[in-house]
Amino acid sequence: MTPRKHTSSHLPSRRAFLAGGLSAGAGLAGASALGSASAAPPAPPPETSKITLTINGVARTTDVDTRASLLDVLRERIGLTGTKKGCNQGACGACTVLVDGRRSLSCLTIATRYEGREITTIEGLADGDQLHPVQRAFVEHDGFQCGFCTSGQIVSAVGLLAENPAVPDAEIPELMSGNLCRCAAYPNITAAIRDARGQV
Amino acid sequence: MRTFHLDRPESIPAAVRALRDPDAQVIAGGTDLITLMRDGVRTPSRLVDVSGLGLDRVDWLPGGGVRIGALHPNSADDPRLRAEYPVLVEALRSGASPQIRNMASFGGNLLQQTRCTYYRLPEFPCNRRNPGSGCASIDGDSSKQAIFGTSGSCVAVHPSDLAVALQALDAVVLVAGPDGDRRIPIDEFHRLPGDTPHRDSALRPGELVVAVELPAVPFARRSHYLKFRDRASFAFALVSAAVAVDQRDGVVRTARIALGGVAPKPWRATHAEQALTGRRLDSAGIDAAAEAAVLGAAPRPDNHYKVQLVRRVVRRALNELGES
Repeated sequence: MTPRKHTSSHLPSRRAFLAGGLSAGAGLAGASALGSASAAPPAPPPETSKITLTINGVARTTDVDTRASLLDVLRERIGLTGTKKGCNQGACGACTVLVDGRRSLSCLTIATRYEGREITTIEGLADGDQLHPVQRAFVEHDGFQCGFCTSGQIVSAVGLLAENPAVPDAEIPELMSGNLCRCAAYPNITAAIRDARGQV
Repeated sequence: MRTFHLDRPESIPAAVRALRDPDAQVIAGGTDLITLMRDGVRTPSRLVDVSGLGLDRVDWLPGGGVRIGALHPNSADDPRLRAEYPVLVEALRSGASPQIRNMASFGGNLLQQTRCTYYRLPEFPCNRRNPGSGCASIDGDSSKQAIFGTSGSCVAVHPSDLAVALQALDAVVLVAGPDGDRRIPIDEFHRLPGDTPHRDSALRPGELVVAVELPAVPFARRSHYLKFRDRASFAFALVSAAVAVDQRDGVVRTARIALGGVAPKPWRATHAEQALTGRRLDSAGIDAAAEAAVLGAAPRPDNHYKVQLVRRVVRRALNELGES
């Protein structure tokens, strides 16, 4: 007898399940409340949650997989794809965002823990058509090649200059070491940060 | 990853109550735990988020010393800490990346899990991850493994820089638990693997780290951290040393030498401390300490280099301390 294979075509995908919206999450929340009120076995952990995140100053409410990272929620639920997924394990820095003004890795997170925090992504730096000084400096100094790491580099540099507005030249490479650039545009990235220093 | 309940207690007693669930796991910065959960190394059904407990303060104690909350980020760098405990701030600055330091907590840093490749890949046997399953490293790659304190069950290294600095500072870990509060000296906080490598800390079930206390000790101000790694930044230590001395009239009265990257816990090099005590911090004294630091080393086939590296890291750390 051949073992029966479960393929994804037999089951709704997680994305479809989530896109189905609120009803599934609300049903689970109801079950959870019943479970705690009676002596029945404890409710299983919820698959989804409805959360409100403050992103670039705007409150956004969405259903998410309880396990989803802030990175995945930004990209796949909110539609802000400027934040990039490189390694997804905290090594490359492509997913850097600001949380309450401090640079953080959005991949090493559980999105539901970020309600009530002020999240800033690359999309939130410019003022309309007016680029943020760090963005402008990256353009002027050609601080990129392929561009994949660039949004993480820029957000990290904004975080660095907030932590240390007068960062000495010699400390910039070490304090940007959480952002890898496989094209090795490092000399121009550090030049851009030196230039933007004092303008933010 | 398995789904989980997310508890967000607002008081320490509520957090301790939530931890009665044997399947619960504390989450602070999450920078280690989330990768462990994604990789199937940890499978908690309940996360107890302790970020709402107000445990992120730095309190200077009236009788001297300082208490740093367990949720204080690893980006701690205030001028007073830098002046009174330089080894602490230097160790923190040498760890991870700025983004991870902003997220990661003091308590989580102490309780982070080994970076042993076999531990992190559930397809390999590992006594630390799955008790009794064996150790893939003993017949496998041992290049990053420990040279002190190992057992036939586990040869992995504790990856923390902070914990090595705390060893040199006689720190105390403050915990809250179902049976009340306890103070655990840092040297007793991490356990050697023995036959039970999965029991890596002295925490009892349901206990929560709430703070780290650094006493006012005469050697704290003259202290230094040196880390040697595969690349200039953002890497775990191959070998590191936290050194501290108290000198009177040029003679070392007390020395503290702790090593990272070489043992399953932050390793106190007591032979090296003894070799330096009563001597001057000159090249003869420093050489004696460097040589004594490797007494008892038991390298594995791929990590003999760590023995010589320990000598050199201890020597350079003490030389730099002498010049400071």
